[in-house]
Amino acid sequence: MKATRKEKLIKLMAEEFTAIELNLYLDTHPQDKRALELYNETVERLYALLEDYERHYGPISNFGLSPSSYPWQWIEEPWPWEINFCDREDNEQCGYMKKS
Amino acid sequence: MWIYEKKLEYPAKICTTNPKLAKVIITQYGGPDGELAASLRYLTQRYSMPTGRSKAVLNDIGTEELAHLEIVATLVYNLTKDASIREIKAAGMDGYYADHDKALYFVNGDGVPWTAAYIQSKGDPIADMNENLAAEQKARATYEYLIQLSDDPGVTETLRWLRQREIVHYQRFGETLEHLYDYYSKDHYYFMGSETC
Repeated sequence: MKATRKEKLIKLMAEEFTAIELNLYLDTHPQDKRALELYNETVERLYALLEDYERHYGPISNFGLSPSSYPWQWIEEPWPWEINFCDREDNEQCGYMKKS
Repeated sequence: MWIYEKKLEYPAKICTTNPKLAKVIITQYGGPDGELAASLRYLTQRYSMPTGRSKAVLNDIGTEELAHLEIVATLVYNLTKDASIREIKAAGMDGYYADHDKALYFVNGDGVPWTAAYIQSKGDPIADMNENLAAEQKARATYEYLIQLSDDPGVTETLRWLRQREIVHYQRFGETLEHLYDYYSKDHYYFMGSETC
């Protein structure tokens, strides 16, 4: 997987993680207005990142949540467990932080 | 309904081929305090929770645990995929190999298969939430033991992140327990299970 794709994926993962964390917090603090604002801001950033990533690399979600170009892109590899984010120099299969 | 997202919740890092480490980490896949137990426990308990808030907490944390299950599987898969038979034998993973090759299966570090007896769904929200607090602490302790056992820097980093999630979940369950006490003391008398109205 190319470095630019990995970088985009990591940004997307970070943004969604922010949303997950705020979501759990809001479940037990539903009246925290500042947290809710942060959540809604995160949603907007996440949407933009998702749209950009999916336009380049195909859908992140299936079952009707994202369109696909031809041929059906959902079956394309790699699947998530096949992507290694180890950034050690001697690890060939990854190295998204490696200088090329 | 659940929707799959074709990405991990955290960028799992695996820097070595290391079946010995995989053999112990697999307990967080199918062991007593692992992610499968966590996820199924919370998702099945949510049906007998009394408030929107407690249902949401169990629904959302139960769903996040499925993402953690996938991260643990990613660790085990990548630690073993390039291992030779000689390395599998040296790691003491030959018994597992005989039954599963390198496929993922729900066992603990000693090969004991997962059982629903690891979890409880009591129908008493106070009892269930206390079980969940204990479950998060047991999972945190397990991750600490695994971090001690890890000699792969990328895996250690990933385990540290998983450990942190147990601490956050514990916090949210603690808040939910207080909310349940509040709910029962304000709106209702303590629910005793078999009463009829």
